[in-house]
Amino acid sequence: MAKMKFLCDSERCIECNGCVTACKNANETEWGIQRRRVVTLDDGEPSETSISVACMHCTDAPCMAVCPTDCFYQTDDGIVLHDKDLCIGCGYCLFACPFGAPQFPQEEAFGERGKMDKCTFCAGGPEEDPVVEKEKYGANRIAQGKLPLCAEMCSTKALLAGDAQVVSDIFRERVVYRGHKDGAWSSLEGNSAPGEMSPEEMAVRAEAFATDATFASNNTSDIIAKA
Amino acid sequence: MNTNTTHTGFTLNGEHSGRSTPVQRLKIVALSLLTLLCLTLSSSLWAAEETSDAENRVKGNFAGAGYWREVSDGTEGYTTSKGREHGQLINVSGETWRQWRNRWISPGGLIAIGGSISVLLLTYLILGPMRLDKPRTGRKIERWNPTDRTLHWFVAITFLALAFSGIIIMYGKHFIPDLFGYSFWKGTIAFCKLVHNYIGPIFSVGLIVMLLRWLKNNFFTRTDITWFLQGGGLIGNKHPSAGFMNGGEKGWYWALFFIGSAVVASGFVLDFPIFGQVRDTMQWANLIHGGASLLLFAISLGHIYIGTVGAEGALEGMTTGYVDETWAKQHHDLWYEDVKDQAVDEKDVR
Repeated sequence: MAKMKFLCDSERCIECNGCVTACKNANETEWGIQRRRVVTLDDGEPSETSISVACMHCTDAPCMAVCPTDCFYQTDDGIVLHDKDLCIGCGYCLFACPFGAPQFPQEEAFGERGKMDKCTFCAGGPEEDPVVEKEKYGANRIAQGKLPLCAEMCSTKALLAGDAQVVSDIFRERVVYRGHKDGAWSSLEGNSAPGEMSPEEMAVRAEAFATDATFASNNTSDIIAKA
Repeated sequence: MNTNTTHTGFTLNGEHSGRSTPVQRLKIVALSLLTLLCLTLSSSLWAAEETSDAENRVKGNFAGAGYWREVSDGTEGYTTSKGREHGQLINVSGETWRQWRNRWISPGGLIAIGGSISVLLLTYLILGPMRLDKPRTGRKIERWNPTDRTLHWFVAITFLALAFSGIIIMYGKHFIPDLFGYSFWKGTIAFCKLVHNYIGPIFSVGLIVMLLRWLKNNFFTRTDITWFLQGGGLIGNKHPSAGFMNGGEKGWYWALFFIGSAVVASGFVLDFPIFGQVRDTMQWANLIHGGASLLLFAISLGHIYIGTVGAEGALEGMTTGYVDETWAKQHHDLWYEDVKDQAVDEKDVR
């Protein structure tokens, strides 16, 4: 069974906010609710890096673990969904979520927050009637055999969505073509920075690139595309 | 310098090789061979200046360890989203909160409440309720006036409403849906949240007024030390002396004062998310609120036990306002000495 995941390639994300717009359009979320956002660190500096973030559909989801109503559930595809009928708007999921994904339409006195809303991986929610489902939870593209619109519409294919295995294969391939051991999102200190590779390893890689570039002369655009 | 050649060289080579001539290809091969040579020969020299060079490139090109560190430190970036804290990519403390809440507060509360119930049950079964030593005289002394009683029951009822709704919010999901089904659970949990959020502030007002009103009776004195040393009458066969409030009652007062204040203050933070509280604040408030309120509930069971079945003649003081002379003499002898001339006949009370 597939395990659905998002992955945003920080090397490719150009902060166009296309994913944000696509999400808003596909799910027609309430005013003030933005399920996906792009965050740019070091904005305007040479190290400027952007990442598109929404619910990451955690396998061990903190929101699920702390919800007092138990309104969250995981689909067979590993997508984390929630039941808005059961949601009491306590805000615990927001306190627990590392990504700031859960959002509430209100924030009033006496803890009146309304029903929580978050990215559904375009998989709708627990509602029989498709019209009601769309209204309450947004699009159910998964049921139509499609992937989330944010990733589908990403102009640079920075945002990847789909089976974790496939997504990571694509990303791994990119990283290999970029010539960086761990590429983006590495927490493995020591091995991650290219400067910390052993000279021998560096040499092997240098040779590999040169060979690759030479033999792929008929297919140059492919290499650039893969990176 | 060498590494620059390796990394950027690849892209340059790629661009050129599209329309490369044999000469260019030769150049590429030569370049790579040169790189190899440099790498093998000057490894030690190269390692020294590598760090800063690599760091610069990591910053400029690859979102490596440095970037990840910045993200996990919770550095705020720029975003078009207007959501609170949306500039932060990752909030690490959420997981800490989850662990504290689910691994410590949640089972800890059960242990506190379960322990409290067990101790009280054992006390009841082994020692039994404290009976009046002598028969009632039929003469009554006013202990709590109508204002005190109203205040007490107002706080008591709202306290219990909050305790039970809070317990369901904390533990309900583990058994109620399985026992009573989805629809019942949906209604129950929604109701509990409303009770908790709206009764909470009402309780707080009652508690604060009550604490202020009863403050003067509750400062510890030398008498209370003796009272505690004799375990409130459990140690030795003589009932220790006490004024209007005995040591135990004062202890309960100060538990309400300190733990209750923590519960009220943290509850206020949680209940009114209108001051721009960030997630970290809410996490702290929730931990304090959960821990303190579960502890307070566990302690309150002791108060409830003594007030109802634990001590004969105690409850009527808070329901009718009057206690029997015998009870007053037994439990609050010093107070009884002060007010014994105010005793009235049972018939005059009603």
